[in-house]
Amino acid sequence: MSFLIGGKEINSRLFIGTGKLPSYEMIKSIIEYSQIDVVTVAVRRIGKGNTWGNIIDYIPKETILMINTSGARDYKEAVKIAQIGRELTKSDWIKVEIEADTKYLLPDNEETIKASEILVKEGFKVFPYITPDLIVAKKLESIGVSAVMPLGSPIGTNKGIAAKELIKPIIKEIKVPVIIDAGLGRPSHAAEAMEMGADACLINTAIATSNDPIKMTKAFKMAVDAGRSAYEIGVLQEKDYADASSPLTGFLRGV
Amino acid sequence: MFNIDETIKFYELNDKSITKNEAFCILNKEEIDERDYISLINCDDLDVLEIAAKRAKKITEMYFGKNIFLYVPLYVSNICSSGCIYCGFSCSNSIERRRLKEDEIDREMKYLKNRGFNSILILTGEDYSKAGFEHLKKAVNIARGYFNEVFIESAAYTYEKYKELALEGMNGLTLYQETYDKGIYSAVHPVGKKRDFDFRLNAVEEAIRAGIKYINIGCLLGLSVNYKKDVFFLLMHVKYLMEKYPNIEISISFPRICPFEGIKFCYTKVSDLDFVKFIVYTRIFLKNVGINISTRENKNLRDNLIGLGVTKMSAESKTSVGGYLSTHNLKGQFEVSDDRKLEEIINKIKEKGYNPEFNNWVML
Repeated sequence: MSFLIGGKEINSRLFIGTGKLPSYEMIKSIIEYSQIDVVTVAVRRIGKGNTWGNIIDYIPKETILMINTSGARDYKEAVKIAQIGRELTKSDWIKVEIEADTKYLLPDNEETIKASEILVKEGFKVFPYITPDLIVAKKLESIGVSAVMPLGSPIGTNKGIAAKELIKPIIKEIKVPVIIDAGLGRPSHAAEAMEMGADACLINTAIATSNDPIKMTKAFKMAVDAGRSAYEIGVLQEKDYADASSPLTGFLRGV
Repeated sequence: MFNIDETIKFYELNDKSITKNEAFCILNKEEIDERDYISLINCDDLDVLEIAAKRAKKITEMYFGKNIFLYVPLYVSNICSSGCIYCGFSCSNSIERRRLKEDEIDREMKYLKNRGFNSILILTGEDYSKAGFEHLKKAVNIARGYFNEVFIESAAYTYEKYKELALEGMNGLTLYQETYDKGIYSAVHPVGKKRDFDFRLNAVEEAIRAGIKYINIGCLLGLSVNYKKDVFFLLMHVKYLMEKYPNIEISISFPRICPFEGIKFCYTKVSDLDFVKFIVYTRIFLKNVGINISTRENKNLRDNLIGLGVTKMSAESKTSVGGYLSTHNLKGQFEVSDDRKLEEIINKIKEKGYNPEFNNWVML
């Protein structure tokens, strides 16, 4: 089930956010218990010379660190944050997250394209977080991003893939991996995203604010794996009409 | 500009009590509006508040995760030209006055950084002199070398002045309107530039235009007898700012008047019940606003508010100039109620299942 992303071969199609967890200590257990390969960390949370511990120290060395630009209001801030983050962590996987709206936390696609263009040129592996828009995804793909990350529904809402019909064409048309980021509140949402053909899911709120983040990660992991398997096998189509046991038009066939 | 007069009319028209059942109906709505907020703060039923608190907890975790952000205040000067009757630093109080010297600021900040803080609030009196402003700028400049978040709580300034401070490294502004009742405002600010209500109200927007990212506003609960009305105005002010500047992170404070040595005026006591209602219903009404609680409040209340809506807390605060290392032993601005060591506060936050977080921004 391994797949290639950002120039690396990884196994876990479930990526985990770390920004809302009740403790740093939990991160290691989550990663180990569910064999997570990629975690995201906001650069704004990485303190220089922290007396009370640095979030980075709690992440196993072999785990891939995707730093993010959360808090950036425009492309200039995002680029600066990315540069500082790379300096602090030595990781070049950057999730471009530019929220120009603190109420709905919706990404600013226009600024995201600008930041991605600069960061790809600077040698980053760029993972832009976007409101699902096929045209934006295509532009990002042509810029050379490593994946696109459309939201399922607004951050933290746990509403699942409310943007399903906008995500479908992205999965169909975009060649780079598509990671569903934000809004997935239940394992079944993640399974649905994977059945649709998403390459991975990124979960934060639904795990971090659950009663048991370690076990909830496992639940999401199993759902992601199940959804992926089903997609690879070929999910059977839903039928609007059952096969009637006594065909109504059977008389025409001499039945 | 935030329109106070229209807000007064709206409040007075909707300032009514509601029954328990009506309150439950409101809490079942997906979104509550201004009218609902007024109704809920007029309802003292504890069953209603319990249901609301559960909802507030969920919303807080959705937006802020299981985090409590910690910051520390540092008073760098108590020189003041305003005569606010509720303040220990009022120019009419005969207390020893001083500005910390540069090396003292550096020492205090280095100490606070070593204690683990990454967010500092620099406070001064209202000092509009050239020397006062240059001193504040210097303090901000020193702070940027140690901290990622540098808030100031000082006099209200113009766009140009905030621009200068932003260039030195200021990224947050704390500026309380104190009260939104113009009559009371005028009565409690008998002398000084702070008497200009509109100048202060607009200063927040001046700072936003100058590039300040974090805004913390509040009103001093108990200045007005009708403090519920003040809180409603505060929330309307926040809502106005959020709609006009959607990419700014706004937080609010509900400081209750704390006594200080030599206090000589009557104020209205705000009960714990009302205080908790403000926090819980603010969270439900304005889901993404930060809520800040200082060491003015006692440890028991502070501990119990973790998770109900509060997102940011000060810790180990001293309210006198250079209070951490200085040997001058100057009087504080007010008396701190929670004087626990940082370690104790951290342990309590963890015990409650939350992450004590010191970082929320990166100095760009």
